[in-house]
Amino acid sequence: MTDTVVIAEISKGKVSPTTNELISAANILGTDCTLVIPCTDSSLADQASNISGVAKIIAAKSSVFTNYDASGWAQALDSVAPQGIIVTAASAQSKDLAARIAARRNVSVVQDVISIDGTTLSTPIYSGKAIENVAINGNVVVSIRPNVFPGVSNDGSCDIQVIDASGDLSTAVKELVERASTRLDVSEANIIISGGRGMGSPDNFSHLEEIADTLGAAVGASRAAVDTWDDIPHSMQVGQTGKTVNPNLYIAVGISGAIQHLAGMRSSKYIVAINKDADAPIFQYADYGIVSTWEEALPVLSSALSNMLS
Amino acid sequence: MVKIAVLVKQVPDTNSKIQISNDRVDLSSVKMVMSPYDEFAVENALLHREAVGGTVTAITVGGNSADKVLKDAKAIGVDEIVRLDCTEYMDSNAFQTVISGVISQDGYEVVYCGKSSADTGSGSTGPGVAEKLGWASVSNVTDIQFTDGMTVTVPTEGGNAIINVSAPLVVSCDKGSIKVRKPNVKGIMMAKRAQVDVKSLNPNPSNVTVVSQTMPAEKPAGKKFEGGQSAETVVQLLREEANII
Ligand SMILES: Cc1cc2nc3c(=O)[nH]c(=O)nc-3n(C[C@H](O)[C@H](O)[C@H](O)COP(=O)(O)OP(=O)(O)OC[C@H]3O[C@@H](n4cnc5c(N)ncnc54)[C@H](O)[C@@H]3O)c2cc1C
Repeated sequence: MTDTVVIAEISKGKVSPTTNELISAANILGTDCTLVIPCTDSSLADQASNISGVAKIIAAKSSVFTNYDASGWAQALDSVAPQGIIVTAASAQSKDLAARIAARRNVSVVQDVISIDGTTLSTPIYSGKAIENVAINGNVVVSIRPNVFPGVSNDGSCDIQVIDASGDLSTAVKELVERASTRLDVSEANIIISGGRGMGSPDNFSHLEEIADTLGAAVGASRAAVDTWDDIPHSMQVGQTGKTVNPNLYIAVGISGAIQHLAGMRSSKYIVAINKDADAPIFQYADYGIVSTWEEALPVLSSALSNMLS
Repeated sequence: MVKIAVLVKQVPDTNSKIQISNDRVDLSSVKMVMSPYDEFAVENALLHREAVGGTVTAITVGGNSADKVLKDAKAIGVDEIVRLDCTEYMDSNAFQTVISGVISQDGYEVVYCGKSSADTGSGSTGPGVAEKLGWASVSNVTDIQFTDGMTVTVPTEGGNAIINVSAPLVVSCDKGSIKVRKPNVKGIMMAKRAQVDVKSLNPNPSNVTVVSQTMPAEKPAGKKFEGGQSAETVVQLLREEANII
């Protein structure tokens, strides 16, 4: 079996739990998993020392990891990562990195993998309307869709080797603009509540925000909402020309379920739909459908959630 | 004067129904269109040309039928259209090798593409081609300014990064605030007459091969409730049945 290398997923200055899922996937693909943690300060890697399923942990330390620079990151990680099948998360940034590392090593990349059977990998194509099963031969770079593979536990112990990695920056960050709202972005959240044209006005999104705050969720939107109302930014859009999300729970409110919206959220673990039209296509994909106006359903939802979670 | 290439791809209209026959997606009866993000790539390439002067060449890979996507690009203003003639499957490495070969041979300085194509959704081409060329790349770009050099906006975890970039460079484009221009009658007429520069290819063998294409597993039918009060029941189910809250 081939050796494997997992590039840790970093989120908010921490090793994200997605990394545990990547290690599970790597251990199906091969053996002797090396976890590589990109960091500017090796203390970041310490929290991963009890992660199980790894043979070796490398803290790849470099100032190049301060901000994302595709070329510099690929160079630095390539310099410290051993040979083998490389596994990353299928987040927007890590898919980009996966492609660069693959090209750098003159191998192919298979993105967005949702299942592994021996050397056959499955990935969604046509926005999840079909699945492609590919056979890999030799080393490749694989990105794994989050929330699909179970994560390894945190009851191991592994020494961390710190290696200075070097890479040349090819772009320069001029300015970082913080999001005005402190709410999670849809691409980062485990729970998303989205509103569509059926919300009637952008002001009514405050009802979604209230529930989002109770749940620690992000607020998303359909394209119709984004296109109709200036106050709903494109960064909230879920779907074909918005973000592809894969949360544990997706709540669609006043969204009809157009094929391009489904493209962005149909692989969510659980889908709840609130729509006043019993025939809305979204109900075909909903685990739990509520045929009602949001005016009627959201207050009930909100108080039931508050009661349960308080 | 900058020599710009924009990579465009033909994909099924996002409304189309995908069907499988003989373990492969059957595209024989679907309408093919330019992949949505490629439209933003073309627009950004044209804006770049308008800002600093130069030429824009649209490049696609495919058989005869792929000429349509080039003509669509021509109709809205690209200068040249090039098709790399190939209908066989290439894995990402073989594909990027072919593209980067043409980019360096023909002396392009900036390459635009969509952040991912609507068929594979991979998003590997932009960064992969850049790596093979030894160029910088920026992906998921939502906004570009051409005053005072070139700066791009890309989303980050907490907001956005405004990044200074310079050629040689690959830019993978997301939807941003720009509006994509529509062709006018003159553009469409010109595109009809335009000559596609067809180049033959001899790709490397692929190490990743397609075994089959299948329909996704059917999700079991969900539960549907009438009336807003049922939201309470649903919250209970989310805890007790789904175990997610
Ligand atoms: C190339 C392309 C790309 C696209 N990309 C995307 C994309 O990324 N994301 C996306 O979302 N769309 C996308 N679309 C658009 C898509 O086709 C739909 O137009 C859009 O998703 C519809 O949004 P909606 O469901 O909010 O609106 P509608 O389809 O108008 O649905 C509104 C729903 O709200 C319900 N409703 C109304 N009032 C109430 C109420 N008081 N309470 C409860 N329910 C109510 C109605 O019954 C209806 O079902 C794309 C289209 C194209 C052609």
